[in-house]
Amino acid sequence: MKKLNRTLQSLIPSGRQLVIGVPFIWLCLFFLLPFFIVTKISFTEAALAIPPYSEIYTYAEQKFQLLLNLSNYAILGDDELYISAYLGSLKVAFFSTLACLLVGFPMAYAISKANKESQNVLMLLIMMPTWTAILIRVYAWMGILSNNGLLNGFLMWTGVISQPLEILNTNVAVYIGVVYAYLPFMVMPLYANLVKHDESLLEAASDLGSSKFNSFWKITVPLARNGIIAGCMLVFIPVVGEFVIPELLGGPETLMIGRVLWQEFFNNRDWPVASALAVVMLLILIVPILFFNRSQAKEMEGRA
Amino acid sequence: MKRFGFSRLMLILGLVFIYLPMVILVIYSFNASKLVTVWGGWSIKWYTGLLDNKQLMGSVVRSLEIACYTAIAAVALGTLAAFVLTRVTRFKGRTLFGGLVTAPLVMPEVITGLSLLLLFIAMAQLLGWPQERGIVTIWIAHTTFCAAYVAVVVSARLRELDLSIEEAAMDLGARPWKVFFLITIPMIAPSLAAGGMMSFALSLDDLVLASFVSGPGSTTLPMEVFSAVRLGVKPEINAIASLILLAVSCVTFLVWYVGRRAEASRKRAIQEAMEQTAAESWKQPVPQMAGAAA
Repeated sequence: MKKLNRTLQSLIPSGRQLVIGVPFIWLCLFFLLPFFIVTKISFTEAALAIPPYSEIYTYAEQKFQLLLNLSNYAILGDDELYISAYLGSLKVAFFSTLACLLVGFPMAYAISKANKESQNVLMLLIMMPTWTAILIRVYAWMGILSNNGLLNGFLMWTGVISQPLEILNTNVAVYIGVVYAYLPFMVMPLYANLVKHDESLLEAASDLGSSKFNSFWKITVPLARNGIIAGCMLVFIPVVGEFVIPELLGGPETLMIGRVLWQEFFNNRDWPVASALAVVMLLILIVPILFFNRSQAKEMEGRA
Repeated sequence: MKRFGFSRLMLILGLVFIYLPMVILVIYSFNASKLVTVWGGWSIKWYTGLLDNKQLMGSVVRSLEIACYTAIAAVALGTLAAFVLTRVTRFKGRTLFGGLVTAPLVMPEVITGLSLLLLFIAMAQLLGWPQERGIVTIWIAHTTFCAAYVAVVVSARLRELDLSIEEAAMDLGARPWKVFFLITIPMIAPSLAAGGMMSFALSLDDLVLASFVSGPGSTTLPMEVFSAVRLGVKPEINAIASLILLAVSCVTFLVWYVGRRAEASRKRAIQEAMEQTAAESWKQPVPQMAGAAA
């Protein structure tokens, strides 16, 4: 009886196990497991059925057959469209990350140098847009950049140009939109890092005769390394898979993988190819994601 | 001070860059002209027109409902995750757990959306649930990625906390659960509120995840807006967009204000406590010093 009691007791999870288990199980079920299912479906064949793919294994006459269909990946490798979409996404992500860094670093720096009260207000101003629908902020640019939009109207009125510039539905518009939407995600971690810097280091450097630029380059930038990494990852990784901005601001020549995946899934209803696209995108992004996770883990444990 | 001037200039330009498009959007939502690029005088007809649009209003209600459920669940889940990450230093799979908590922050939405949809379909085949996709599936998708944001905000607060207060409560015999609900939760309440508001806004804003995991008849507001925006700029969309901007700005300001008030009163309480201790120690000389004097 005593033994039974003890086994029963060990079956009831302790508080500690419960606290760890609930979020752990939720994330495994709704975040980790789905990736395995995507991987599985990327090996199936598109079929006219509901859901529109074939089964990966069959069991009949005591024969278990596992059928891996690699043709989806072969399609990705053969088709010019997919390769240039991946490259296009990486290119847009890289250059817009760079642009965000170049604009965001001085902004974060200026905020960290302001007095305490204005720091709070300025950070609120930076953060507020990220809580506002990205769709709406991108939509606002559609009205500004279009052929008869405000920007062209303004430039023609001032006489800089005589013909309206073609901006909307080009890659230029995509870059503007991406930088616009992701700039706050660059400024936030940079500010969080820069504000912790010890002012006396810069004073010591200037006492020892270092120029402002020199001490900025040799002290502030290296110290801000973790913030720069976090900010760049927060911009780069989501931009690679971005769908809304290229769809609304980009034109037919804007090939980005998020958009192609969406079209394969919703327009062509080719789920296996869409899954294969997602798997390859994940493989490309796994290194940056791990990098980001490590820096976040350090940050969360306060070891940074 | 040249560099300081430069960075300040960038800050101002950056803020103008961020806010000018939104201001223009709001101004043009009052445009009487049907042509979005021509100014035809002030009018509020697009706003009154919104109320007649039954389909749009239905999606607004649905989106608000999902956002409420998401905020509650994401705060609960995210707080647990943050607590585990900051307080439970050792357990099996800790690295994996940390990765799972932070990865949704950066994971492209098309990947998460597609994979969750395929999970739901597989579950429907195997378990018979969910029979149809709608509010519940969107809620699960939103909760998973909002919880990551809550975890980041709350863990930052948990790290700052003075552990000695919780330790004191434990020393006095309080059970861990009691300490958590009576000591820890009240101390991190502002960040819980901030995380909740953030989840609410993120959920209200999401297009991609909802498009993947929603079923027929459960379109959310962003989906509705997106299908209209695809066809070009429209005055009605300007109006609904301005309303969303207004709502989010108000909520954000409220959160910030409440947070600031809480912070100020906390600081004042600490200050008072310190003054009190200082005053008391002034009245009664420290025993060692008395001993030394004797």
